[in-house]
Amino acid sequence: MKLLRDTSLIFNRQMQLLLRNPVWILVGVFQPVMYLLLFAPLLKPALQVPTNAEAYEIFVPGLLVLLAIFGGLFQGFGLIAELRAGVIERSRVTPVSRLALLLGRSLRDVVSLIAQAVIITLLALVFDLRVFVPNLLLAYLMLALISLMTSALSYGVALVVKSEDALAPLMNTVAQPVLLLSGILLPLTYAPGWLQGVADWNPFSWAVNGTRALFRGDLGAPDVWQGLLIMAVLAVVAVGWAAREFARSVR
Amino acid sequence: MIETRGLRKSFVSRQGREKKTVEAVRGVDLTVAEGEIFGFLGPNGAGKTTTLRMLATLIVPDDGSATIAGADLRADPGEVRRRIGYVAQGGSTWDDSTAREELVLQARLYGASKSDALARAARVLEGFQLTEYADRKCKTYSGGQRRRVDIALGIIHEPKVVFLDEPTTGLDPQSRAHMWDEIRRLRAEGMTVFITTHYLDEADALCDRISIMDNGEIVASGTPAELKREISGDVVRVGLPVDAVPAAVQALTSYKTETYEDNVRLYVEDGAVAIPQILRALDAAGVPLGTVELHRPSLDDVFLTKTGRSLRES
Repeated sequence: MKLLRDTSLIFNRQMQLLLRNPVWILVGVFQPVMYLLLFAPLLKPALQVPTNAEAYEIFVPGLLVLLAIFGGLFQGFGLIAELRAGVIERSRVTPVSRLALLLGRSLRDVVSLIAQAVIITLLALVFDLRVFVPNLLLAYLMLALISLMTSALSYGVALVVKSEDALAPLMNTVAQPVLLLSGILLPLTYAPGWLQGVADWNPFSWAVNGTRALFRGDLGAPDVWQGLLIMAVLAVVAVGWAAREFARSVR
Repeated sequence: MIETRGLRKSFVSRQGREKKTVEAVRGVDLTVAEGEIFGFLGPNGAGKTTTLRMLATLIVPDDGSATIAGADLRADPGEVRRRIGYVAQGGSTWDDSTAREELVLQARLYGASKSDALARAARVLEGFQLTEYADRKCKTYSGGQRRRVDIALGIIHEPKVVFLDEPTTGLDPQSRAHMWDEIRRLRAEGMTVFITTHYLDEADALCDRISIMDNGEIVASGTPAELKREISGDVVRVGLPVDAVPAAVQALTSYKTETYEDNVRLYVEDGAVAIPQILRALDAAGVPLGTVELHRPSLDDVFLTKTGRSLRES
């Protein structure tokens, strides 16, 4: 099928370029690892949980969601560089599927995110984190959906604004309240009522709750399917919109 | 091979709160025959690139119609894409990719199988004398090499028509001459080549037929020779001190003249006969003289008589 073939062509090229510079995966891991080493030790006393393992069960899923949101939102910068080099315009005069131009890139972002997530999960094992593999895989699915959505969103915005100067403040403005309202660093169970009320409207808050439930081993919790469903719907919407931006005239 | 009727495009530009509509292309009719090098000559901002981008399916016309290589631009842009190649002005290669990788990917985006794409890439690399650098990253190439890769990318799928937007802008004279040879080679291989340029000599030497574009409209079309023949006779260019120009124009009212800041051009039947008369007239009026040159009409003179401006100065 044409879409599949075109997507894999774009994906392979993007992966090839990424692997030519694998240092970016490690740079991406550096910050979360610092959180893991320097911030997480505060959590056991702060959250008043009896063991380190329990503190990491709460913190690591939040950290991974954080990585998925931020990693995705800043992918647009690479696209602006491609726009400037004329690579996008060159693709647009070929009969290639416009959806494939987006999906090939976003899937590369998903793959590099999952690679980072695996590295962080392995490191967390050292700190007594324990999680069932099937649950972990579902959590990775959640991360993949988040990253697909945020990277598609970022590509779409990049095609609209076409300049790094506009993209950076825009993405930061979106990311900060999303981060604070999702209970990523500390669970919102400690938040006052009004704050929890606001956070309920933040889809990422549902994703964080779902991922935490999976790390807790609570596969049956409604948070899990609710989080997955919300992320899947938003990912489809973001991909559809961004693909339309690829089809529209770019300049 | 290309036939357009009344192509139009305007853009809305915003300056503060005010919205301004800019008519970039105001009704372009043109016909390009199979196997010719067709040139779009005009100053920057004339609407050449906008017209080209419409024909290459990158922007949708507001009005008008076009048939390209037998496919209808508005009804079936997908089919147009399969039949044309397009090389943008600003380049199209990625710094960290090699020419071969770019070419293989491009061929595959047009539907070629992997082995076919590799064979095509090897063939065009050879044709454009790029084999030696094929596996180096694009950022290591010279300007001329990189432009040849751009053009190779535009023709890898053997299109019937290839659009080249300002193919020699920014190249040194040697690379430019090389590029002209490459473009002639494409014609020899049976392709129809449509280029835009703001170089007079390029339009004159390279193109079989040209259309002169100014301010969103085509002001003249024909072979370079035909266009120049329209201006019969010779051009005498009289160089003067700036403050002497009005007096000179006064003295030369019996001639067809064009006035510039520091020179006057006269269009005459026979330059050799006219020069002594011109000199005598200027002398009689007491106009101090700088230089006198005689030349055959150039495309710039054609542009001048059609638009009232010189292409060199706009």
